[in-house]
Amino acid sequence: MKLVIAGKTYGSRLLVGTGKYRDFDETRRAIEASGAEIVTVAIRRTNIGQNAAEPNLLDVLPPSRFTILPNTAGCYSAQDAVRTLRLARELLDGHSLVKLEVLGDAQSLYPNMPETLVAAKTLVAEGFEVMAYCSDDPILAKQLEELGCVAVMPLASLIGSGMGIINPWNLQIIIDRVKVPVLVDAGIGTASDAAIAMELGCDGVLMNTAIAKARDPVRMAGAMRLAVEAGREAFLAGRMAKKPYEAAPSSPESGLIQKTG
Amino acid sequence: MPAPIRITLNGAPREFPAPLTFSQLLHDLALAGRRLAIERNGEIVPRSLFGDARLADGDRIEVVIAVGGG
Repeated sequence: MKLVIAGKTYGSRLLVGTGKYRDFDETRRAIEASGAEIVTVAIRRTNIGQNAAEPNLLDVLPPSRFTILPNTAGCYSAQDAVRTLRLARELLDGHSLVKLEVLGDAQSLYPNMPETLVAAKTLVAEGFEVMAYCSDDPILAKQLEELGCVAVMPLASLIGSGMGIINPWNLQIIIDRVKVPVLVDAGIGTASDAAIAMELGCDGVLMNTAIAKARDPVRMAGAMRLAVEAGREAFLAGRMAKKPYEAAPSSPESGLIQKTG
Repeated sequence: MPAPIRITLNGAPREFPAPLTFSQLLHDLALAGRRLAIERNGEIVPRSLFGDARLADGDRIEVVIAVGGG
C-alpha cells in the first residue's frame, strides 16, 4: 500500500521543499534524512554573469535519483504559472509531473482558486501531470480532480506559518470525497502536525519551512520521516473510539489484594 | 558590420553582435552546458534549436534555472 501518483509508486509519503536552507550541503543532508523521493524546486531567472563554477541545485539533487517537482511559487496568474511550468518541462527534459500553485494574496500567500482551476485545465490539456496546491474547500478540491489533476494538495494552514492543521474537518471531507491522492501542503510546524495529517488519512505530506527553519534541520527531517510513518501506521491500525465520559481501567478489576483495616 | 541585436534579457536591456544564435548567446554569457531553459517572447525555445535558431532585434528572452523552493 504505497503512495502512487500518476501511476508511479513512491516508498516515502513525505515530500520536501528545497528552499530556505543555509547552503546546498545542508539541503542535501536534510533531504537524505527525510527519506523523501519527491522534492520541489522553484524556477527562476538565472543570474547573468554568475560564476560558471557555481553549484547547481540539480547537481546536488540529481533527477536520476529524485523525482523533481517544479513549482509555480510566486505566480499570481494562470498564465504565469503555465509559462513557468512549460519552462520547467524543457529544463527537466520533458518531465511532466508538476506542482501548480497560483497565489492570490502577497501577505497570506493564500491560493487564488479560480486562477488555479484555469491553469490546471490548460496544463492537463498540454499533457502535464498536475499536483495542485489548493484551499481546503472540498468542492474546489473535487473540481481539480475532475479537471484531471493527479493529486490535490490542500493547505493545513498558511505557507511558512508553521501553524499546523487548522481545519482537520475540511481535510477529512476532502479525503473522503476525492479519489486521487490528497497531500497536505503548507502549514506543518512540527512532527506531530505531520502525524495528525497522516492519521486523518492523507496520502502524504509536503513541507519545507518546518524542516529548513528548525534549529537542527537535519534532525527535524528525520523526525518528520518518523512522524509521517507513525501517522500512516496509526491510520491503518485504526484508532480506538473516543469515549469522553466513560473511563475504563486497563488493569483487571478483580483479584485485588485484601484491603487492610 | 551589421547593427547589433538589442534584446531584453531577464528583464534587462542587452546588446550583442549579429548574427546571434542561442548557443552563441549562452557561450557569451558563460552559461553554455548548464541545465537551463529559454523562453523567447513567451514561447519555449527547445534545446535542440539552440544551435540554429537566431535571435532577432527586440526579442524578450528569459533564461531560467531550478533553485531551492517549496
